[in-house]
Amino acid sequence: MGDYPFRSENATAGDLGVTSRHAQGAGYGVPPSRYEEPPIGGGGALPKKSRFSMETGFRGVSTAAGTMVLVIIVAIAIFLISQAIPAIKADSENFLTYNRWSPNEAVPAFGIAVLALGTLLSSIIALLVAVPIALAIALFLTHYAPRRLATPLGFVIDLLAAVPSVVFGLWGRDLLQEPVRDFSVWLNHYFGWLPIFGGEGPFGQSIMLGGLVLSIMVLPIVTSLSREVFQQTPGMNEEAALALGATKWEMIRVAVLPYGKPGVIAAVMLGLGRALGETIALALTLGITWEISFNLIQTGGNSIAANIANSFNEANDTGRGALIASGLVLFAITLIVNMTARAIIYRRREFRDSAA
Amino acid sequence: MAKRIEASNVSSYYGSFKAIDNVSMTVEPKTITALIGPSGCGKSTFLRSINRMHEVLPNARIEGRLTIDDQNIYDADVDITAVRRMIGMVFQRPNPFPTMSIYENAVAGLKLNGVKKRSVLDDAAEKSLRSANLWDEVKDRLDRPGAGLSGGQQQRLCIARTIAVEPQVVLMDEPCSALDPISTLAIEDLMFKLKDSFTIIIVTHNMQQAARVSDKTGFFSIDKTGDPGRLIEYDYTQKIFSNPSQKKTEDYITGRFG
Repeated sequence: MGDYPFRSENATAGDLGVTSRHAQGAGYGVPPSRYEEPPIGGGGALPKKSRFSMETGFRGVSTAAGTMVLVIIVAIAIFLISQAIPAIKADSENFLTYNRWSPNEAVPAFGIAVLALGTLLSSIIALLVAVPIALAIALFLTHYAPRRLATPLGFVIDLLAAVPSVVFGLWGRDLLQEPVRDFSVWLNHYFGWLPIFGGEGPFGQSIMLGGLVLSIMVLPIVTSLSREVFQQTPGMNEEAALALGATKWEMIRVAVLPYGKPGVIAAVMLGLGRALGETIALALTLGITWEISFNLIQTGGNSIAANIANSFNEANDTGRGALIASGLVLFAITLIVNMTARAIIYRRREFRDSAA
Repeated sequence: MAKRIEASNVSSYYGSFKAIDNVSMTVEPKTITALIGPSGCGKSTFLRSINRMHEVLPNARIEGRLTIDDQNIYDADVDITAVRRMIGMVFQRPNPFPTMSIYENAVAGLKLNGVKKRSVLDDAAEKSLRSANLWDEVKDRLDRPGAGLSGGQQQRLCIARTIAVEPQVVLMDEPCSALDPISTLAIEDLMFKLKDSFTIIIVTHNMQQAARVSDKTGFFSIDKTGDPGRLIEYDYTQKIFSNPSQKKTEDYITGRFG
């Protein structure tokens, strides 16, 4: 017990606060008998708890940060609602079902129907195309590719996420439009009996084109999140499956995919969030019509965000209010989608929590 | 149900590193064989070589012959998944599938083999859980998560999962090292029961356990770190623990090792 450490940092512990401890540390090598204050861990009275410490400070900072999220989201909701309500009141048609957008007239008439439908359709197409490919890439990177290939390839995919959406929009409009038109003609010829592929044309600047461009934009985020999730599959579960006589694909089906499911759902929702909110790429690729139509290949389509970008410049007060109202609908759609995803993840939580 | 295993001149590698050198041993059907030895001596590597789990790791390979009833499992035309179905494995840490219920865990192997009929699966689940001495504890909550059981129950669930596909041989890689003494005892009792149907090989660090459960014991050792592990002595457990013929074995079992 007699050999106290000759370490000066510890010698002055007490109610001096963090910084002054180091400032007072001149007593290196002072024998125990000359200590004026007790060392940490015993001897004499216990040091007092400091009233203001890093602990309290950091706790305050992180609480404030957490609260700020709530404040911001409530502020956004209040802003949207307060701006939207006067415009919706001025609307001479039903805001939810009317299929024109003329809010700047003397008698404003506008409805969200076409925009909401176009937003949902193009996002659904984007996910239908992107998610299977993203999962396949993620599985390839985590379970099939040799490490020398997987690391740079993963990097390239992350790079894809950094491409600005206006670049994707221009690229889709100039390069993808031709092949999509040809493909649409083919679809129309063979599957024209399906309403979604019907119509007389013209084809090209369609929901299909917008959806495909969106899918490329959604791909990197879904891929890299799924890859993270698949990488976390416990090795011992993979071995358990293999030891039962599973092939590699069976092992993935039994151990990797179920384990990663909640994470994949979260990844898909983030991708959907990006697709729903995407503005400029759709403004550049969609044909912009005001038909309520489920047709995917005829020139046309519209979306909430693209419409805001296209119409904001010419909008008067009511017009801006109308656009903000459409933004509110987008906000609501995103919120519903996210809550649904949460609910799906939550339902299976006991199977996950116990896995840790 | 149970088959004889014969290893002749088996050497296993991780890349250029030789983990075990020239191991030969014969394991008789329906016996329990314990593999003991210090850490890093290659006993787990040898065990994993028996059901071709060794080669799951990148660059891992093996030389020599390993036969199950005279069929070399390392022949080029052998289906690896068939080998692993014939030779089941229980791991050191209980590893039930976290996303599956107790029932789904028990029949996971059967489902992998394409069994779909509910009645067959139900019977197999009950039979394997009974064989694993777990049925009475879980029969009322088969749809609960397998990972929600205690460690010992999880390990017995893993044993049930392994024996549900009716393998010939069951390999156990330190199955009790993460368990408390009571759960360990339950697993040991279970091993005696399973011995009637399966050939069992168990790797253990616990010498009392080896002495309690096994018919024969193999002692592995290495000269120094980086050297390959060797099978020093392989004999009846009673002889190994009372009158070993090798000095190294005696040093190890009396605790004078190293």
